[in-house]
Amino acid sequence: MSNYSRRKFLKTGGALLAASSLPISMVEMAFGKDSEQNFTFAYISDSHITQIKGNKFVRNWDRGLIRAVAEANLLDPRPDFVFYGGDIAQLGKPEEIDHGLEILGALRGDIHYVMGEHDYYVDLGDYWRKQLGPDHYSFDHKGVHFVVLNSILTHEEWMHRKWDTGMDRMKQMARLDNPNGQPFMVGDKQRSWLKADLGTVSKDTPVVVFSHSPLQKIYKGWNFWTDDAEQVQALLKPFDKVTVLYGHVHQIQTNQIGNISFHAAMATAWPWPYPSTYTQQESYLPKLTVDMNRADPFFERDATGWQFINLHSGNVDVHYTLPDNEARVVAFDEKLGHPVDTKYQAVADRTSPQKHY
Amino acid sequence: MIRKLSLACVLAGASVMANSTPLGLPPVPIPENNPQTPEKIQLGDKLFHDARFSADGKVSCATCHSQDKAFTDNLPVSKGFNDLTGTRNAPTVLNSAYMKTLFWDGREPDLEGQSKQPPVNPVEGGLPNHAPLLEVIRKDPEYVSTFKTVFGVGADDISMDHVAKAIASFERTVIAGDSPFDRYYFGDEKDAMTPAQIRGLELFVGKGRCVSCHRIEQTQALFTDNRFHNIGIGFKTIQGKEQQTAAAFVKSKREGADVDITVLTRKSMSELGRFAVTENVTEVGAFKTPTLRNIEKTAPYMHDGSLETLKDVVNFYDKGGREKNEDPLSGFLSGGIRPLDLRARERQDLVEFMKALTSPQLDQFTQR
Repeated sequence: MSNYSRRKFLKTGGALLAASSLPISMVEMAFGKDSEQNFTFAYISDSHITQIKGNKFVRNWDRGLIRAVAEANLLDPRPDFVFYGGDIAQLGKPEEIDHGLEILGALRGDIHYVMGEHDYYVDLGDYWRKQLGPDHYSFDHKGVHFVVLNSILTHEEWMHRKWDTGMDRMKQMARLDNPNGQPFMVGDKQRSWLKADLGTVSKDTPVVVFSHSPLQKIYKGWNFWTDDAEQVQALLKPFDKVTVLYGHVHQIQTNQIGNISFHAAMATAWPWPYPSTYTQQESYLPKLTVDMNRADPFFERDATGWQFINLHSGNVDVHYTLPDNEARVVAFDEKLGHPVDTKYQAVADRTSPQKHY
Repeated sequence: MIRKLSLACVLAGASVMANSTPLGLPPVPIPENNPQTPEKIQLGDKLFHDARFSADGKVSCATCHSQDKAFTDNLPVSKGFNDLTGTRNAPTVLNSAYMKTLFWDGREPDLEGQSKQPPVNPVEGGLPNHAPLLEVIRKDPEYVSTFKTVFGVGADDISMDHVAKAIASFERTVIAGDSPFDRYYFGDEKDAMTPAQIRGLELFVGKGRCVSCHRIEQTQALFTDNRFHNIGIGFKTIQGKEQQTAAAFVKSKREGADVDITVLTRKSMSELGRFAVTENVTEVGAFKTPTLRNIEKTAPYMHDGSLETLKDVVNFYDKGGREKNEDPLSGFLSGGIRPLDLRARERQDLVEFMKALTSPQLDQFTQR
C-alpha cells in the first residue's frame, strides 16, 4: 500500500459510521465516491455439514448454509469477498467438505477459507488443503492487510500419536468437555511465519486476522481458547488497528485487548450457550460481550446466522444477520476505542434471557 | 376499602368482557384512541359496504370481503375495479381484530391503517387519492349527520382517519369462535369433534408440527403466531431472479414508489413478501401466518391463492414446502418447513380437523 493511498484511506474513512447503524439491507452504503478504501465483506461460518449415509446429509445444517448463501447473495452493492470461518464439515469427511463447498458454490464472488478443527483432525487437514489450498496465508486488499491463521492445531506429539484411525482423533477433538481433548494453538511454526509476514507491513496499515478459535482465552473446557493467544497478540500489538474475527463459538462475542478488537461469528448450524451459564470451570467471557437473545426453540434458525462486515477507517463493524431474531450491529466506537453493540450495550436495553426452566 | 371496591369493579368489568367473547377467543383488543360505540360500528358497517368508494362505483370492502364467503371472495387473487386483478388472496376479515399487523406482509400496523389503502390502489378501488371518497361522504346528508354524532365533526372536517376508525370498529365486531374445536378443547364437549378430527388435532400439535405457527394456547387459540415465514409458496416466480427482483424493488422504493401499489401490481416483487416492508434479507418471501379459523370457507389458500383445497395445502407442507418432490426448494425457506412423512390417512385427518374450525352463524355480522 502506497503512502498516498493510506493517507487517503485514513482521511476519507470516517464517513461510514452513520450508514453502519442502518439496518442491514440493500442500502447504498456511504462508501463515498472518492473513498474506495471503505469496503464490505460477508462472513459465514460453522455450517457443520454432516453426512448421515451415502447422499443423505443432516437437512437442518444444509438448510442453514443454503439460507446464508441465499441471503448473502442479496447484498447490493456486492461485498468485495466472502470469508468462510471454518468447520464446513462435522467430522472432516471428504463427502462433507465437498457437499459444503457445493452449497457455497452458489455464492456470488470470491471466498476465502479458514480451517476449523472439524475440518482438520481426521486427516490433519489433507483433504481440506487439497480442495482449498494453504491453511495460513495473507493478502492485501484496499489498504488492509488480511491474515488467515490455522489456530486449531495442538501439541505435535498428540496429533501424531498412534491413532487406530484418523476418525478416533477427530472424535476426541469434536467434543466439548472432553478431558482427552487438547487445547488449540497456532504453534511455533506458524507464529514464526506470522512474524515474518507482519514484518513487511507498516504499522499504520489496518490488520484483520481470521482464525477459527478465538485468539483470546475464554473457556478452556469448550476450547473457546487458543493456548498461545498471548504470543499471537504480542505480534499484533505494534499495529495501530487490528481486528480478529473468529468462528467456533457459535455466538456473539465482543472484546478489545489493547489495540485489538475481537468479534465472533454466529454459526449457520446451531447456537452454543454462553459458557458463563455453565459453571464447572472459570469462564472469561469478555465484558464487552452483549449476549445474543435467548433462542426460541420453536424457530429452528433462531440464534444462527451470518455476518456482513463493514470495514471503514481500518475498523470493523459487524452486522449480525439473524433469521427469526433481531439483527445486531456491533460497531467500533471511535471515542470509546472499542466495539459496542449499537442497540444493546447498555444493560438496561438488553433482552434478558429466560432464567427459569 | 375503596381499593377493594375498585378492584371488584374491575373484576366485574372483566367478566362482562369475557361473557361477550366467543369460546376459544381472547377479549378483542380495542385501541384507546378508537373506543367501540354502537353508532360507530353501524357507520363502519355502512362504509364497509359502500361501493361508491371506487373508480367504477362497483367495488366496496365487501366485494373482496363478503359475508357470504366468510369475508373473502373465494378467488385466487382479488378483483378490483374494471375486473383488474392484484397479486394476493383476500384474507378473511373474521378475527382480523386480533392481528398484530395487517396485510400478508404486515405493512400496516392496525385495521385503521389497513382500510385506507385499497380504495386508492390502482388494481383495487382505483381512486387517484382519498379526495373523491371524502367528497362522496361530505355530500351525503346521512353520512354527514352520522359522522357528526359519532366523531363530533362537521362535513368539512371528516377525514380518512374518521372513515378508517369507523370501518375498524365494525371489523372488530366480526369475531367468530365457538367452533366444534372450541367446544371440544375449551368447552370440554368430548363429542363436539369427530374421531377423525380428534386424530387430526393430535397430528396438528404433534407430527404435523402445524401448531408451531398456527398457535393454540391454554385458554384461547388464534391459530397464528403473528409472525412471517417463508414456506416456499410463490418461490418459483422469482427463482433465480431473487437478487435482481430485490435490487429493483429497493431501487424503486428509494425513488419513492408506494409499497402497497408495487406489491399488488408487480407479481415478482409481490413474492419478496415481508422483505418489501423491512428490507431485511432474512425475510425474503416471508408472509404472515394467517389464522386457520373458518379455513374451510375461505378457499383458495396461501398468499397467492395458489392452492385450491385444504388437501393441497397439507400435501404442500408434507413435502416440505413444495407441491412435488422434484420441485426445487427456496433458499430462504423457514427452518421449520421440512418433510413430514405423513401417511394418507394422517393427511386426511388433518383436513378433517381444519373443518372443525368453522364457527356457527357466520352470517350474523351485517344485514347489508
